[in-house]
Amino acid sequence: MMSLSLHKVSLGYGRHPVVQDVSFEAVQGEMLGIIGPNGSGKSTLIRGISRTIHTASGKIILNGKDVSKFHRLDLAQMIAVVPQNPSLPELFTAQEVVMMGRTPYLGLFRYEGEKDMEIVRKAMASTHTLELANRRVADLSGGERQRLVIARALAQQPKVLLLDEPIAHLDINHQIEILNLIRQLCHEELLIAVMAVHDLNIAAQYCSRLIMLSNGKVFCEGMPQDVITPENIRQVYGANVYVYSHPSNNLPVTLIFSEGQEAAVKKHRF
Amino acid sequence: MKFPLLLEQGEFFDRKQTNDLVMKLENSKTIFTLASATSIKKQWQGHLLAIAIVAALLIVTIVATAAVGSTSIPLSTVCSILLDRLPFIHLSPTWTESLETIVVDIRLPRVVMAGLTGAALAVAGATYQGLFRNPLADPYLIGVAQGAALGAVAGFLLPTPWQNMSVPIFAFIGALSAVAIVYSVAKVGKTLPLTTLVLAGVAIGALFAAITSYLMFASGEKLHGVLSWLLGTFSLAAWWQVTVIAPYVVAGIIAIWLFARPLNVMQLDEEQAQQLGVDVEKVKLYLLAAATLITAAAVCFCGVIGFVGIVVPHAVRIIWGPDHRFLLPLATFAGAALLILADTAARSLLSPTEIPIGVITAFLGAPFFLYLLRQKKRMIF
Repeated sequence: MMSLSLHKVSLGYGRHPVVQDVSFEAVQGEMLGIIGPNGSGKSTLIRGISRTIHTASGKIILNGKDVSKFHRLDLAQMIAVVPQNPSLPELFTAQEVVMMGRTPYLGLFRYEGEKDMEIVRKAMASTHTLELANRRVADLSGGERQRLVIARALAQQPKVLLLDEPIAHLDINHQIEILNLIRQLCHEELLIAVMAVHDLNIAAQYCSRLIMLSNGKVFCEGMPQDVITPENIRQVYGANVYVYSHPSNNLPVTLIFSEGQEAAVKKHRF
Repeated sequence: MKFPLLLEQGEFFDRKQTNDLVMKLENSKTIFTLASATSIKKQWQGHLLAIAIVAALLIVTIVATAAVGSTSIPLSTVCSILLDRLPFIHLSPTWTESLETIVVDIRLPRVVMAGLTGAALAVAGATYQGLFRNPLADPYLIGVAQGAALGAVAGFLLPTPWQNMSVPIFAFIGALSAVAIVYSVAKVGKTLPLTTLVLAGVAIGALFAAITSYLMFASGEKLHGVLSWLLGTFSLAAWWQVTVIAPYVVAGIIAIWLFARPLNVMQLDEEQAQQLGVDVEKVKLYLLAAATLITAAAVCFCGVIGFVGIVVPHAVRIIWGPDHRFLLPLATFAGAALLILADTAARSLLSPTEIPIGVITAFLGAPFFLYLLRQKKRMIF
């Protein structure tokens, strides 16, 4: 059984700790959501798990082995990352970018073969990017680039998928499509998906478990209906919201309201 | 995609129908590949053909430019002389010995020297541009040129018993030590931030250039020699020089070719490259060292020649695409051919006077670069 667990992990840049004493465990087939306000350490946590920054203290254990003990290539076969706003080389074609996802299997010197091409095509087909294959990155829209990066992560054939705001640039149709795809992969291929996400409604709908971060520490953790409450959101985000349950599945739905607008509506009514 | 379904149905058809079906399948497959993605084989075939063509053009350039000079030698004679020199080929000489001396001992070393220098500068330029993800990077970005210049000037001015070796040796040492200083200043812990590297390169370069300027100012009657080295010249090229720099240049270029794929992945950015399993710091250090070594070897005899390292990789990238696995070999051969042509122009345009090679490359390079820039504004990187 694959598992990813964090034990009292602290991360930071220089001397400033951004993430402090975070512990959690994620298991196969699970989609774990990390929510929290800007600067609460969501992206830093994802960087830490993918070992682009080193842990200041604590341990990250993947499949019983300390992540810092993995060789980089082995780690990249296990963990794929979809970063926030990734920069992509403009002159490369979409297919070449997705092919870079095969790097962990090819090492530094081996060149790709037809098998890798097969995997790349499959990844591109499932993210609806196959028709972009020969277009240059420069000619792609933000949403198309985002789907390309997800295709690249799939081409890595990972066991753990780390997603940092994977749907921030997508329209509502592609949001649903990508999230459904990720959920499907979690269930069918038994992936572990850890997703940092801003949108509380999407987090509630798609994640089986949520971790709410506040100032780099775990504020609370649990099922969406236990985490997304007006009280928690007031304390962590400092915002007043309404939380209803979704008409079709009873998961929490967060609604904002603007106080000025409320006054305007009242005025209109009377 | 419909063909899996068709295949299943195919099992119930008779032989002729199945054959028809296979034909149809083949057709639809071709359409599918054309519409979606080029196969790996085709991509490689196209690019290998391009590399072969550019390499062939380089050989033609070498032979043709060996025929150009104050003594006019027919192209066929040059071909025969050169063929005769190849192993296992013996032609009965129809040429005089003096012609052979001119071609083999005077013109050919110069051509080969220019070729090696051009190849080294073009590959180093492509490597730096790739590493820094910046189209304006050139081989002299982090202090090689200023270090080499200071070394060369010191070599001219210091009284040494082996004057013809002191300039290249000092230039080579100067180039490497400038980069070593820049590297050690820019290093932060275990990482090497590229922006810091560039800024340190600018600062150290300015310091070295200031010392060089003062030494030139104080050099008196030796100024002409110093200046002609700084502008670049192949007029003193000889076979022994080729044998000195060729091992560095050839080994360095091949070493860089081997790292073409990681260099591709690093075009994403350092974080993504790391997440794809590339040991970014190691690759950076390795490529910087190799590119610096071949640049230092290229400039130490012939001076600091500009524009080759920036124009050639750009032109190649615009024509054949950004994949370093093809870009680096193509830049190698194209850079060699370009500098051989430039040097031929330098020695024959105003013959018997020589034009400094740096002037020629700037005259050839700048307008060509501007033309490309206007043609495909968005396609530079």
